[in-house]
Amino acid sequence: MQSNPQLNANGELRHLLSIEGLPREVLLSILDTAASFVGVTEREVKKVPILRGKSVFNLFFEPSTRTRTTFEIAAKRLSADVINLNIAASSQTKGESLLDTVANLSAMQADVFVVRHASSGAPFLIAQHVKPHEHVINAGDGRHAHPTQGLLDLYTIRHYKRDFSRLTVAVVGDVLHSRVARSLIHGLTTLGTPEVRVIGPQTLLPTGVESLGVRVFHDMREGLRGADVAVMLRLQSERMRGALLPSAQEYFKHYGLTAEKLALARPDAIVMHPGPMNRGVEIDSTVADGPHSVILPQVTFGIAVRMAVMSMVAGTS
Amino acid sequence: MKILIRSGRVVDPASGRDAVGDVAIADGRICESLAGEPERVIDARGLVVAPGLIDLSARLREPGYEHKATLESEMDAAVAGGVTSLACPPDTDPPLDEPGLVDMLRRRAKALSRARVYPVGALTVQLAGERLTEMAELAEAGCVAFSQANSPLSDTQVLWRALQYAATFGFPVWLRAEDYCLARGGVAHDGEVATRLGLPGIPAFAETIALGALLELVRASGARLHVCRLSSAGAVQLMRAAKAEGLPVSCDVGAHYVHLSDMDLGYFDSHCRLTPPLRSQRDRQALSAGLADGTIDCMCSDHTPVDEDQKQLPFSEAEPGATGLELLLPLALKWGEQRNLPLARTLARITSDPARILGVQCGRRSG
Repeated sequence: MQSNPQLNANGELRHLLSIEGLPREVLLSILDTAASFVGVTEREVKKVPILRGKSVFNLFFEPSTRTRTTFEIAAKRLSADVINLNIAASSQTKGESLLDTVANLSAMQADVFVVRHASSGAPFLIAQHVKPHEHVINAGDGRHAHPTQGLLDLYTIRHYKRDFSRLTVAVVGDVLHSRVARSLIHGLTTLGTPEVRVIGPQTLLPTGVESLGVRVFHDMREGLRGADVAVMLRLQSERMRGALLPSAQEYFKHYGLTAEKLALARPDAIVMHPGPMNRGVEIDSTVADGPHSVILPQVTFGIAVRMAVMSMVAGTS
Repeated sequence: MKILIRSGRVVDPASGRDAVGDVAIADGRICESLAGEPERVIDARGLVVAPGLIDLSARLREPGYEHKATLESEMDAAVAGGVTSLACPPDTDPPLDEPGLVDMLRRRAKALSRARVYPVGALTVQLAGERLTEMAELAEAGCVAFSQANSPLSDTQVLWRALQYAATFGFPVWLRAEDYCLARGGVAHDGEVATRLGLPGIPAFAETIALGALLELVRASGARLHVCRLSSAGAVQLMRAAKAEGLPVSCDVGAHYVHLSDMDLGYFDSHCRLTPPLRSQRDRQALSAGLADGTIDCMCSDHTPVDEDQKQLPFSEAEPGATGLELLLPLALKWGEQRNLPLARTLARITSDPARILGVQCGRRSG
């Protein structure tokens, strides 16, 4: 097995490719650094000079609004220059290879590549080929990982629940296709969460998912019982076409989060969603907008978390 | 030309004989003794003298994929790896579905005068799985068997007819067992590793379901079936039962599959992107054991040269395949050592056993 490509010889974060394989101390130090940036984002002058003079390239081979925007805001608050590239619409369609695209951008003096790609593992390939001073941050690769989303989920949980060692966290829905779920599950188990549950029909749970350290529930009511945190996953409409599910209506009936089902969780349970939400498919509006929902704070924390990651991989101090 | 190979450890896998002795060659043929003085004497003290290796699957990439490899480069690799006879699958471009193409390939190979090439013809036109090729014509042109290579034959009725037609003439059919629909979109073994890496999986039962169907069609048609590239423990078990039943079946495994498992994908190493996918450790062990007990008849290289550009891609976009011609011998020896097998038995899996499947008089000391 190759050594962990995310860490340098001193065990410090060089790239952020996946939460899996990151030691507990590194995860905690990202969360602590993020906490220090939450203050910055609330000031009137929302800038610190940590990445002054550095260039952050947002390389999105797949469309995204929220993630790309929050990365852009985070980089700007660190005083970096930000270049957004919507590659889906440019060179890839002209047949340029992924590594050629990266080599060309590298020749334009990039410091950080924020990469989103439809193929699992693409950021690992890029990280193997960048120059020593360049850094890669995975902004979502296929079904594999979305580590900054996982980190902001962990940040949110810690913000509201403080201690991971007594929590029951339920991840509900399309785990099979979800990079968010994989990243969060690795983060939760690394930080010592005693019970992580996944809830969904067999068609939406990957083979051998138990090996990730989770308990499997097919009955949502049973799975939510006593949970401190419910993380709802987005269900894409194309899932209805591949014989995975019969209809959005039937899915909502069995796996949509309603106030009635949420009542089975702990009274102080929080509800999370990585967005964008499908109201009436995986979550009912009364819950999404209700008192248990921390969906919008997640977005705010996401900026601080992305600032933390960028400053740790590429910061000068 | 008379050659005497003197005092080597002569291993004859077919008979199991393994003893120090001389090997005499006259006019390109091994003989009992030489009449007169040898023109060349090779001192083989401390060396093993064994038949040339026979590889049941080596892609030469000609015609059509000369940017990946050429006949010349691959034949060099074969000889460098000790492979003196090889069967090449029909998935060239165009595929080997016409006698003219087969004839040309054989002539080109013969002109290079390195390893012997035994072409495997396409079972269906364009490997499209719809119409039968002119098998008798192709056999006359030199095809030793008929195959779909890695192309699916999803229409079970066409598959049945193809096996019946081949059985009529006694032509062997070489097929990989994979349910096309279950494998669709998959790039790795459907298990814990694929789940962790977020790679679309191909379940092991994609192989066993297809193999079950193939065996049923063998029962119905009496066709001689060679199953290529077993990848799962379940398939080994099915083959064991099929042989016990007395069905006219044989099978092989790729050299990489007895040494690697899906764990070796590591961080998306596209060099481990293979067809069929590397499966679990348990499957790997079953393949290794099946090869030792003879359930699996032989080991092949499944040599598939892929140009580096097609490997420097994210795992699921990378082209499947790995080279193997020059690795067949070391990988077989390593396997034999791990299983504590006598050298003659190890070598049988890459010499006399594949010769038996090819139906040729090679891979043994004397016919």
